[in-house]
Amino acid sequence: MLRWASYSLILLLAAPILLGTFIASLPAFGYFPPLGSTEFSLDPWRDLFEVPGLTRSVLISLISGVLTPLIALTLVFLYLASATGSKLDLWIRRLVSPLLAFPHAAAAFGLAFLIAPSGLLSRILSPGLTGWERPPDLLIVNDTWGFSLLFGLIVKEVPFLLLMSLSALPQLKPRQRVEVARTLGYRPTIAWLKVIAPSLYPLVRLPVIAVIVFASATVDVALILGPTLPPTLSVRILTWFNDPDLNLRFLAAAGALLQLGTSMLAIAIWLALEKLCAALWRFWLATGNRDSGERLAFTVGRSAMPIVLMVVAGSLLALLTNAFAGPWRFPSALPSAWTIQHWLNSMQDLSTPLFNTLVISVLATLLALLLVIATLESERQSGNQKSTAMWLLYLPLLVPQLVFLFGIIVMTEFVGWQANLSLVIFGHLLFVLPYVFLSLSEAYRQLDPRWSQVASTLGASQLRTFWRIRIPLLLAPCLTAVAIGMAISISLFLPTQLLGAGRVTTITSEAIALTSGASRNLISVWAIVQLSLPMLGFMAALFIPKFVWHNRSGMFETR
Amino acid sequence: MAQLKASLLIFRIPLLLVIWFSTPLATAQSLDVSDWSSIEQQARGKTVYFNAWGGEPRINSYLNWVAGVLDERFDINLQHVKVSDIATAVSKIVAERQARNDSNGSIDLLWINGENFASLKENKLLFGPWAEKQPNFNLVNADRFPEMREDFTVATDGLESPWTRSQLVFYYDKQWLTEPPRTIEQILNWSRENPGEFTYPRPPAFLGSTFLKQAVLELSNKDSALYSPVTDEEFKRVTAALWDYLDALHPTLLRAGRYFPNSAAELRRLMGDGEISLALAFNPNEALLSVRTGELPQSTRTYVLQDGTIGNVSFLAIPYNAQHKAAAMITANFLLSIEAQARASDPNYMGSTTVISIEDLDETARGQFDPLSSELTTASPEELSRKLQEPHPSWTPALERAWIQRYSAR
Repeated sequence: MLRWASYSLILLLAAPILLGTFIASLPAFGYFPPLGSTEFSLDPWRDLFEVPGLTRSVLISLISGVLTPLIALTLVFLYLASATGSKLDLWIRRLVSPLLAFPHAAAAFGLAFLIAPSGLLSRILSPGLTGWERPPDLLIVNDTWGFSLLFGLIVKEVPFLLLMSLSALPQLKPRQRVEVARTLGYRPTIAWLKVIAPSLYPLVRLPVIAVIVFASATVDVALILGPTLPPTLSVRILTWFNDPDLNLRFLAAAGALLQLGTSMLAIAIWLALEKLCAALWRFWLATGNRDSGERLAFTVGRSAMPIVLMVVAGSLLALLTNAFAGPWRFPSALPSAWTIQHWLNSMQDLSTPLFNTLVISVLATLLALLLVIATLESERQSGNQKSTAMWLLYLPLLVPQLVFLFGIIVMTEFVGWQANLSLVIFGHLLFVLPYVFLSLSEAYRQLDPRWSQVASTLGASQLRTFWRIRIPLLLAPCLTAVAIGMAISISLFLPTQLLGAGRVTTITSEAIALTSGASRNLISVWAIVQLSLPMLGFMAALFIPKFVWHNRSGMFETR
Repeated sequence: MAQLKASLLIFRIPLLLVIWFSTPLATAQSLDVSDWSSIEQQARGKTVYFNAWGGEPRINSYLNWVAGVLDERFDINLQHVKVSDIATAVSKIVAERQARNDSNGSIDLLWINGENFASLKENKLLFGPWAEKQPNFNLVNADRFPEMREDFTVATDGLESPWTRSQLVFYYDKQWLTEPPRTIEQILNWSRENPGEFTYPRPPAFLGSTFLKQAVLELSNKDSALYSPVTDEEFKRVTAALWDYLDALHPTLLRAGRYFPNSAAELRRLMGDGEISLALAFNPNEALLSVRTGELPQSTRTYVLQDGTIGNVSFLAIPYNAQHKAAAMITANFLLSIEAQARASDPNYMGSTTVISIEDLDETARGQFDPLSSELTTASPEELSRKLQEPHPSWTPALERAWIQRYSAR
């Protein structure tokens, strides 16, 4: 009876994305009836290739698309190889979820305020260590080749890949395998890299590809940290899309297809790298080498996470100081006065976006939760596990957002719909669904079936066992899924911006709009609001079960 | 790029014509603009989506105050839709026209001038005439100040209501710079000797475009071609000196011209951080306001170039398909009132220059406007009277496109 759920899940994810991508490609070939153009032509492509600096825009997107996952994954694997089971590891595991909830935009702002020539770091070091009385004339943030963009992306993707690896690891029984390898004389870090890494990689491959797509097509992070002369391809597409000259829509559509191609090319390069790595690994395994390189791997792995943590903490510190800073001349390490004026000034502006953010994230997440639970329930009842194709769930993460959202806009323009809140909620749902599914499915599938069986033998109906047994037992994972879903929704920029047409404002869309104008102080206030929302969600997910089950000590062991 | 632009233009005109003739004229004319009390009646309980540039927090909080007053007195719900470039709102109106949405437009009021007004007016996408029927319109004394009826050389024809005045000014930090350059030429010479001390916002940010217009006006000796619609030939002839100038200037700018701030506010930030010592603004009071909030050091001074700088008026207009035109008119009329204008010009709030002709006011009304001229930080009224007229609106996008073409990928 719940079959509709998995069908609608498939329909909901696949239809808008595939159709959107297809429709976005029509204007790229000159076909766009709303603008009176009903004949196909290659003009948009000719115009596109005449755009100055296009090659560099594409190159920057490619570089961040390939290097972000490469460096992030290397750091994660080296960390896991060197730190599993250590005290550090316990700490990191606790911090990884909140780290993941740190919205991209807030992290990017914080990083920019940390590393800019007049940023926190430079102020702390100056003039004592550097001798700088005025900020050095260095191009750090918005640098030509996007290195600060790359840095920002790596810092954000490391926690994501770490979380994905951690959730995949248990099924590999890493401890036993590493122990076997160690009895054969392998040093622990080398043992992990040789024994676990090759079997872990296939399990995190899809998330890695999602990282490639995100890094090569990101708009919000690129707007804040990325180069400006010229900007990344994705930022340029958005600019064309928003241009008052509607004929640039054709250019934007061609650009969107080029973006799709660029992301695909980044994936292709990655697949080639995969082959290369596999060959290297086989060779390295066959050498039987047991300890050389261990020191290096160990040092890098052990220091990677603390460095990432320090950068995030520094960014947070930069946001906090700026949010409460009065006048603050360079090179003073601290503001000459502290003030809450920036908060008072923002109060009024914050209320509507805050309300919208909450409405959108709560509704999108609850809808997603409903669909996911229904799908999992139907899966369980039919006994047909994993009937929902995994790649489908990843679809919204595998096709660049810009491309299919663009198509969805074109569709609404064909139909004559107006931008409104429900359209935005729908857009958010597309991105929230996969994460809610990913975070809930394992717990749901692994729940001991005997609980339900016992309930059934006692005469409880399907519905009753569901409400009285499975949902209470799964309260904690459900709440975590809700927290993750809301965190994703809160951090989304493009769906709000494009589908809401600027009329639906959220904390994130407003914060990014401030990049073009506001003072560092004001941006910091918004970024802190933006990042504290998901944190509150995660805290609630942590404490509600503790409160509800305060008299059920056994509930803490099932988690 | 010129080719691309030309082909787009050629493409656009027939396209708009097709749309124009294929849809019935649906401008709601049930409103009697001369009967103000009925307009007030119709405005009650309506929402006004006011699309205005949202990059300046001071303006945003001023509009918040306006929303409060409108709600209290007129039962109007003012929603400030913050746009980063008002051109997006223009494109929205064109899109709605094309989608035949002729009465349920998403924009009720918008803050524009220059090329955006020109293109909306040319395509008949504005409601009106209404502006001169407003009770408060006579406060601007348009007979003495013709710029209240003329937007970048284009007649407003009652399609837009004046809101604020702007003028390009330069400001510098006395701590690092004692004698600032007084002409566009001097800026180059000074910047050569002091590399990395100056930059300007990246066009099409409007302050950056204004800098280009200022430079081209001075370098071409105010060539008269700048005051009529741009042609490819004239563009090439008049701007040749500008590109030579910029080619020489850019390597001497902050980050050697490999990076440009994206707005006036970011430029101000660079100034506040001490990264540069000379900057520009389109609000003559900007430096004063920022010194008061602590964003800029006390040592900041404002001045106007020797031969004058570009000044203009910006306006409020109502799209032809606005849903709540009556409420939009009430909003515009309130924004033009002595009360709203006085608060807008108060440096504790928005700090803009008023469009009201203060000399025509009586003693008490005049008292509401706080004279800023005594402040050290601002330019003197005498300096601010050296005003240059905006070129014809078609020059702005042409200059912006050419700049992007030349400098966006170096």
